[in-house]
Amino acid sequence: MLVLMCLPFVASAAGGGMALLDANTNLSDRASLQRGAKLFANYCSGCHSLDFMRYNRMARDLGLSEGQVMENLVFTGAKVGDEMRIALRREDAREWFGVAPPDLSVIARSRGPDWLYSYLLTFYRDPNPARPFGVNNLVFTEVGMPHALWSLQGIQSLEMGERPAGAKSEHAVRLEATRQGVDLHKVVVDESGEERKVVDRLVTGTPGSLGVGAFRSAARDIVNFLSYAGEPAQLVRYRMGFWVLVYLAVFFLLSYALYREYWKDVH
Amino acid sequence: MRALLAGLLEWTDARFPLSKLWNEHAARYYAPKNFNFWYFFGSLALVMLVLQLLSGIWLAMYYKPDAEEAFRSVEFIMRDVEWGWLIRYMHSTGASFFFIVVYLHMFRGVMYGSFKKPRELLWIVGVLIYLCLMAEAFFGYLLPWGQMSYWGAQVIISLFGALPFVGEPLALWIRGDFVVSDATLNRFYSLHVIALPLLLLGLVVAHIQALHEVGSNNPDGVEIKKKKDSSGIPMDGIPFHPYYTVKDLMGAVLCLILFAAVLFFIPEFGGWFLEAANFEPADPLKTPEHILPVWYFTPYYAILRAIPDKLTGVIAMGAAVLIFFFLPWIDRHPVKSIRYRSLLFKLLLVLFAITFVVLGYLGIQPPTPGRAELGLRLGEAYFSFFLVLWWYSRERSPGATWTLLAVLALVFAIIDAIRWDPEKGMLIAFSALLPLIYYGLFLVGPLVSPRLNASREVPERVT
Repeated sequence: MLVLMCLPFVASAAGGGMALLDANTNLSDRASLQRGAKLFANYCSGCHSLDFMRYNRMARDLGLSEGQVMENLVFTGAKVGDEMRIALRREDAREWFGVAPPDLSVIARSRGPDWLYSYLLTFYRDPNPARPFGVNNLVFTEVGMPHALWSLQGIQSLEMGERPAGAKSEHAVRLEATRQGVDLHKVVVDESGEERKVVDRLVTGTPGSLGVGAFRSAARDIVNFLSYAGEPAQLVRYRMGFWVLVYLAVFFLLSYALYREYWKDVH
Repeated sequence: MRALLAGLLEWTDARFPLSKLWNEHAARYYAPKNFNFWYFFGSLALVMLVLQLLSGIWLAMYYKPDAEEAFRSVEFIMRDVEWGWLIRYMHSTGASFFFIVVYLHMFRGVMYGSFKKPRELLWIVGVLIYLCLMAEAFFGYLLPWGQMSYWGAQVIISLFGALPFVGEPLALWIRGDFVVSDATLNRFYSLHVIALPLLLLGLVVAHIQALHEVGSNNPDGVEIKKKKDSSGIPMDGIPFHPYYTVKDLMGAVLCLILFAAVLFFIPEFGGWFLEAANFEPADPLKTPEHILPVWYFTPYYAILRAIPDKLTGVIAMGAAVLIFFFLPWIDRHPVKSIRYRSLLFKLLLVLFAITFVVLGYLGIQPPTPGRAELGLRLGEAYFSFFLVLWWYSRERSPGATWTLLAVLALVFAIIDAIRWDPEKGMLIAFSALLPLIYYGLFLVGPLVSPRLNASREVPERVT
């Protein structure tokens, strides 16, 4: 039963069943969380709120002073005890982007860090005139969001791998980070029903202000910050859990000794 | 001080049966001395109940049963309420643990024949508790108002709509609206925090009353009340207090260790206890890709999904739950405990446990034709378990067995003929091996070698 329980649940929400990049986040890396918060404030918080996250809570958890937070991360008229809301009106947003940008408070819990990381890394130029911002995304096809981090990453272009003639269907298998970008491994079913492996490549066309490696680490910082924001209690949960288990282990030994003592005379 | 306390007790006893209750249910309640590991789960269920009640009371102080506020208020508890995350995880982990404990407790009952005479009512009250618990969990799951809460409730309520004539009005009456909405959330909250906990508590008291009236069964299935010493105390009995209070305390701590490990380190339990999709607020306009109930409902959900016809599916699902009520009259074999029952009985029970778990797994997976077929065959195996159990209740002549086999072959052939689909012909024919092997083993087996189904002699006293 336990073995069965360990089997993966369901292919996670919108990954389309493909293996994602490993975000490899680390909540105890406070510097990364601080960088992530800064990046989030500069590049994301124009459109995305963190409605359930308060500035002063974040300051405390990330080891920042309230002054630092107010100075560097708050661009609205918010007070330090306020939630991280946005000025963007939902109706306007719907008109501009087609959908209102979702609140990101618990996005790391619904999508998962790996999905977020893969998403941030796989924007590419899409010349299709139907695409409002000229970009598309490998893990979230036809997404309404522009590539908000383009000035950092630059613009990637998609180099399609060669398909067999008359390919019938195809599906994505996994993403793989490479030196120049991201590879998407696909399986294509050709005319005769045979499965063939194809690799589509994302490569940096127009470079941004960060190199490939530096951008990945920036994306990781953002995802790390969002994982924290998804459940701030994580920072205390693990530490506390350890001591609770220690306490219970001692309690167990005592209760075991008590049981042995009382049951001595039962044969 | 001592004299004062003794005086107080005397004063109380003259006005309220305090000592009497204590003696009847603890200090002079004689339980068999041979309880094993499986006998922890009764008291653990009580621990879980208390945990759920307490954490629930504190959650209700901050939770807002309002479609606009519910999701936010849960996140408020997770972040802004002191220790709110701990209380919330206690409640969410507790729900799953409650079901694990109750399933193991029920399995214990089936293993050792604890539902057999004179414990039929004890068992029936237990099944009622199980039903209440399912309702309680179902109502509670809507409250976080996430996508899975919302759509799960939508799907389950719509099942009532499949009933003929009363279906749609009934579903409407349950929801209080044409879709799951604020009205539904409000009534589910009321039922979750008032109606069902009240009912549960009452039933638990009745369950314990019934237990202490007839006395506990034990792993040997021997009635300890049949052998009493000169003072009228069962020779194989020991007072519940202090023997089992200290032993159950140890069990409770052991259970809490597992509980804390999940609560603090993996509260989502990989999506089994808290589903990722439930961290998206409910959106009536956006149906999630896969709508799944929580794991403790999925064995029944798998049976529902495996049957192509919706009404038949709903009936089968209901029957799969309600059949437990009739267990005392299905399995009437005089030997209670699995220890002294036949090899085939042991195998039958193990297969049933596997069927239940695999059905639970299938219920959570996206459906494919292969999985649907396996689900249907396992659904058949689920009900076959009870049939064979009934058949094993007494000696059957070979003629009767062959007649039953012929009837079964006909029934299975009709089922497969009704659902025949040339495209899945191979699959259906191949999977038919499953019932063939099942009945070959359990019904033809004893005809070939009667030893396979021979019970052993039950000892006079517990071992």
